[in-house]
Amino acid sequence: MKPAPFEHHAPLTVEQAVSVLSEVGHEGKVLAGGQSLIPILNMRLASPAHLVDINRVAGLDSVEVTPEAVRVGALVRHAGLERSEEAFAALPLLRQALVNVAHPAIRNRGTTVGSIAHADAAGEMPAILALTDGVVEVAGPSGSREIEWPDFFLGALETSLAAEELAVAVRFGRFPVGTGTAFTEAARRHGDYAMAGVGVAVTVTDGVVSAARASFVSVTDVPSVLDLGPALGGVEPGTAAWDEAVEDAAEAVREHVDPEGDIHASADYRRMLVTELTRRVLPQAADRAGATA
Amino acid sequence: MTDTTQGTETLHDVTVTVNGVRHSASVPARRLLSDFLRHDLELTGTHVGCEHGVCGACTVLVDGSPMRSCLMFAVTAQAHEITTVEGLGTAPDARVAPTGESMNPVQQAFAECHGLQCGFCTPGFLTTVTAYLDENPAPTSEEAREAISGNLCRCTGYQNIVKSVLRAAEIKAERASETAEVQS
Repeated sequence: MKPAPFEHHAPLTVEQAVSVLSEVGHEGKVLAGGQSLIPILNMRLASPAHLVDINRVAGLDSVEVTPEAVRVGALVRHAGLERSEEAFAALPLLRQALVNVAHPAIRNRGTTVGSIAHADAAGEMPAILALTDGVVEVAGPSGSREIEWPDFFLGALETSLAAEELAVAVRFGRFPVGTGTAFTEAARRHGDYAMAGVGVAVTVTDGVVSAARASFVSVTDVPSVLDLGPALGGVEPGTAAWDEAVEDAAEAVREHVDPEGDIHASADYRRMLVTELTRRVLPQAADRAGATA
Repeated sequence: MTDTTQGTETLHDVTVTVNGVRHSASVPARRLLSDFLRHDLELTGTHVGCEHGVCGACTVLVDGSPMRSCLMFAVTAQAHEITTVEGLGTAPDARVAPTGESMNPVQQAFAECHGLQCGFCTPGFLTTVTAYLDENPAPTSEEAREAISGNLCRCTGYQNIVKSVLRAAEIKAERASETAEVQS
C-alpha cells in the first residue's frame, strides 16, 4: 500500500511542465489533486517512473465566467468550483453535480480538470463536460490546442491527450436563457461511485420545451449525450402530455445506455436505475427552466 | 529543497508547519503525508486505515481544509500549514491527551457523548468535524450525518458520533458566549 519509487518534478510554469512531460514521455504522469491517481499508486496498479507535480504551476487556479462559458483552470479544486457563486449563477449544473463528487475532504483536494483528464466513466465531471458541450484546453510542445469533448474521451480512462501534453483548463458551455438543469445519481452509500447517474438540461421557450438533452454517469463507457428533443420538444411542462413525454424520454434513455454489470449492480439494475432517475430529474429541470424564463 | 540520495532514491528536504511548529525532514518523493507525519515527525495521532482515501481516519487539515493525508505526498505539502489531531486542543504538550478545557469543543463533545469506542477512526472525525463547524456552526442532525459521511467507524454505529457533532456545536456556542461575556 505504498507507491513504488518515482522521480518527482515540480515545474513552476506550464512551459516547464510541458518540457518535462516531453522528456519523460509515457514514463510520466501528471499529479494535480491526486485523489484518483494516488490510490492507484498506493495499490501499485500503476508505477510511473516520473510524476510531474503541477501544484506549484502559476496561473492555473482561476475560475472565469464569460458570456459563453465557465472556464476552470487545472488547479481549481472541486470544492473551489462548488463554492464559486459566480460559477453557480452562470451554470448551476456545476454545483448540482459537484456535491455528488465523493466527500468534502476529497473535493477539497481533487481538481475538476484532473477528474476530466482521468476520464473515469463513473466520474461526474466528464459527463458534465459533455452535457455542456465543453472544451478541453491543452498545452503541448508545439503550442496550445483545444479539444472538443467528443474528441477528448476515447474510452474508459483513455483520452486523446498526448503524453507530452497538459490539460490546462476546461470550458463548460453555458446554456441559453430559459434553461433549467438537474443532476442526480444513485450509490450504495453517499459519496461512493454511483451505480448510475444522469444530468439533464431542458430549455423552455414560450412555455414549451425547445431543447432537452441528457448525459450519464456509470452507464456508458465514455461520456455521451442523448438528445431528448424528439421526446420532449413542443411539450408544455406540467401537463398530461408532459407526463407522457417524460415517459418517452425515460424509455429513450433506457435504450441509449449500455451499462456493464459488476459486483455492485447488474447491468439491468443500472439500466432500470438510470431510467427512473431520468423521470425524477426532468421535472426538476423543467421547473427551474420556468423559474429562469 | 536540496536533494540527496538514499540507495537509488532521491531525498527531498521537506519543510511544513504542523500545529504551528515548523518541521523539516529529508524524505523520498513517494513518502505519503500520513507517513511523513507518523514516521518522520513522530506525530502518531494521525491514524492510517485504508490508504486509498475511503476510511477518512488519516484526515488532517491542510491550510484549514480537511484532506486525506494518505492521498497527498509530503513533497506536495511543502510550505503548507497542517493541523493534526494533536493540534486541536490547547494542551502544552501535544503528545499528552488533552482533558477538560484544553480539549477543543469537538473533543469534549466526543468524550461526553461516547462518540468513540476503540478510537481508531477518531482523529479523522475530530479534524473533519472541527473544520465543518467553522463553516456550519449550527447543523441539523441530518446535516451532521452528511458532514461525517466521508469517515468510517466500525464500533459506534454512528449514533453517538452524530450526537457528538450536535453537542460540539453547543459547546462551541457556549464557549463563544462565555468569552463574549468576559470581554464585555
